[in-house]
Amino acid sequence: MLKDRITGSKALMRALQAEGVKTIFGYPGGSIMPVYDALFDYTRGEKKCFDHILVRHEQAATHAAEGYARVSGEVGVALVTSGPGVTNTLTGIADAMLDSTPIVVIAGQVPISALGTDAFQEVDLVGVAQPISKWSYQIRHAEDVAWAVSRAFYIARTGRPGPVVLDFAKNAQVEEIDWEPMKVNFVRSYVPYPKLDEKAVREAAELINNAKKPLALVGQGVELGNAQAELVKFLEKADIPAGRTMLGLSALPSNHPLNVGMLGMHGNYAVNLKEQECDVLIAIGMRFSDRVTGNLKTYAKQAKIIHLDIDRSEIDKNVKTDVAVVADCKESLPAITALLKENNHQGWRDSFRELDKKERQKVIEPAIHPKDGPLLMGEVVNAVAEQSPDDTILVTDVGQNQLFATRYFKYHHQRSICTSGGLGTMGYGMPAAIGATFAAPERTVCCFMGDGGFQMCIEELGTIMEQKAPVKMILMNNHYLGNVRQWQDMFWMRRKSFTKMMNPDYEQIAKGYGIAYEAISDRKDLAAAVERMLKTDGPFILECQIKEEDDVLPMTPPGMNVDDMKLEI
Amino acid sequence: MEENKKKLYTLLVYSENVAGILNQVTAVFTRRQVNIESLNVSASSIPGVHKYTITAWSDEDQIIKIAHQIEKKIDVVKANYFTDDQLFIRESGLYKLSAPMVMENPEISRTIRRFQASIIEVNPTYIIVQMHGVTEDIISLYRALDTFGCVLQYTRSGRIAVTRGMQEQVSEFLEEREQHG
Repeated sequence: MLKDRITGSKALMRALQAEGVKTIFGYPGGSIMPVYDALFDYTRGEKKCFDHILVRHEQAATHAAEGYARVSGEVGVALVTSGPGVTNTLTGIADAMLDSTPIVVIAGQVPISALGTDAFQEVDLVGVAQPISKWSYQIRHAEDVAWAVSRAFYIARTGRPGPVVLDFAKNAQVEEIDWEPMKVNFVRSYVPYPKLDEKAVREAAELINNAKKPLALVGQGVELGNAQAELVKFLEKADIPAGRTMLGLSALPSNHPLNVGMLGMHGNYAVNLKEQECDVLIAIGMRFSDRVTGNLKTYAKQAKIIHLDIDRSEIDKNVKTDVAVVADCKESLPAITALLKENNHQGWRDSFRELDKKERQKVIEPAIHPKDGPLLMGEVVNAVAEQSPDDTILVTDVGQNQLFATRYFKYHHQRSICTSGGLGTMGYGMPAAIGATFAAPERTVCCFMGDGGFQMCIEELGTIMEQKAPVKMILMNNHYLGNVRQWQDMFWMRRKSFTKMMNPDYEQIAKGYGIAYEAISDRKDLAAAVERMLKTDGPFILECQIKEEDDVLPMTPPGMNVDDMKLEI
Repeated sequence: MEENKKKLYTLLVYSENVAGILNQVTAVFTRRQVNIESLNVSASSIPGVHKYTITAWSDEDQIIKIAHQIEKKIDVVKANYFTDDQLFIRESGLYKLSAPMVMENPEISRTIRRFQASIIEVNPTYIIVQMHGVTEDIISLYRALDTFGCVLQYTRSGRIAVTRGMQEQVSEFLEEREQHG
């Protein structure tokens, strides 16, 4: 029989193809050149299987892979060189770890004969990446490629998803092997889908059936488990109001009658207060982040806590649970729903309204429909939300832009939000938005950024230009690092230490990259400018000169009780 | 953490025998700034599976979290925590004593016998004594010998332990995994 002899680099191409990879975000360099040489054939002509998107900085490759993964539900792929190439990806890897985003980062490495010699662009990647990745592995020989790649994708996408790092030694890239495909779908030490405990399901159902004031907290786990429909059935049957975490915002449509808003430090007023009043709290695919709970010592002490999560280590990590249902919520939600009584909690639900009204009056209306004064972030977000199609994907950077955008955007479609929730990575927005456009070319992608975050991955305008990636960039320019400035004003005696920022002429920058640009500062121009942005084919930068010192409200000050939420400062 | 709530816990960790696991296991402690008191790593009775015996001072809340975070590592098979009453525990001590001093003072030999330690090497310059037991026994012998001023070197191993329960749960777990995988 004729043997199929190929190099390790070509084996990587075949292994990626076998995993269904379509898009690779990458940046070449010395230690990954054999792979890039193999990639050349796989990205053009008859053999074309991949689109390779050349980013302008490796950090952006990981964020783009994250955006791609978040929107498509598939594994995002980043390909970089050794040394600085891969240390640049560490922020993205840590980001993906905290936000449970499935990405595979493949990095070149010096040949194994040079390992440990401080060779040019050598870094102990596996050592560095281990604490911030789900799995890291060094491919030392070409015969490992098929196994390692398949295992990497299996681990990244199953269970609680996360980033996997493959450190691909250069000798393994050029060695020749007889190709044998391999499919890993079992790792004996790894249980991605714990078996549903029926006793826990019964106990959970009983608590919910007897609850007078149940409250559900919906996290990204629902989207990761594709359990949006199961969630709605669960909530509707027992008539349970539900708040969503920032990452779980599109797990339940904004206009669903049981949706009571966003949780957390800058979430909605009613749901934050009601966490301290409910009698049964049902957390679904969320991890009780400190940004959600505030002071843990006082958090929801009056309530019985039910926690549904696929990751056992999340149970009792921050909040002690009464009933833990450790399983994929795609499985646990229907199992519990089957045991639920049809219920009606109208009185309880109505009690949210008074508080909603208060928030609407004091915070929301002044933020999204101001009568006078300078342009506000809230009204810009609202204008974009009103005019953009229902299935628009919201991408944010980090800071006030993120908080206003997540608060005032509308979510009608699943997998509609990309934001850096756990790590809070400035510079995430623009590259993640690029990734989102490749994951869903038919959907509109709106990316809100501040002037700080815009400049943190500003080089990606080059990628946007080259790819004509249709990212609608809304640059909310307040000439400040706004969120830090807000905290300085609130908690640091108004000492604005290095938060005022001098900005470049963004029009010139847009011009340099050949990207459509418009600037507004007057609210009467807002609606029409947003309309032009959305109607423009391809990328667009809408620079909004907004109020310099605006505060995100409401706010639970850090470390305070969740119901110490302030509607005004 | 209140110091008085702390107990010495023993973690038994089973992992695949692949490079870098020790690093991953200890990183869970490092991240929380918990000191590892003792650590023993060796092949287990299950082919391809390594066993780690780790002791650390902690409260129960924290040791549970540590065990869960360790078990979450992809190539870790199981991580369980125990208190001393749930385990048979042994450590070893090696004591290198000055031979002339031991010869001169018969009290030293009596002490060695009293502790049921054994002499495993004798030569004109030094004598090696070994002892197996729990931490306190091994330390006590050291203290006793040290009063004679005859100890040239002393070292104590990490703890090794087996559970008092009947089954090695790990082999059962792996069998079940292989069957249903």
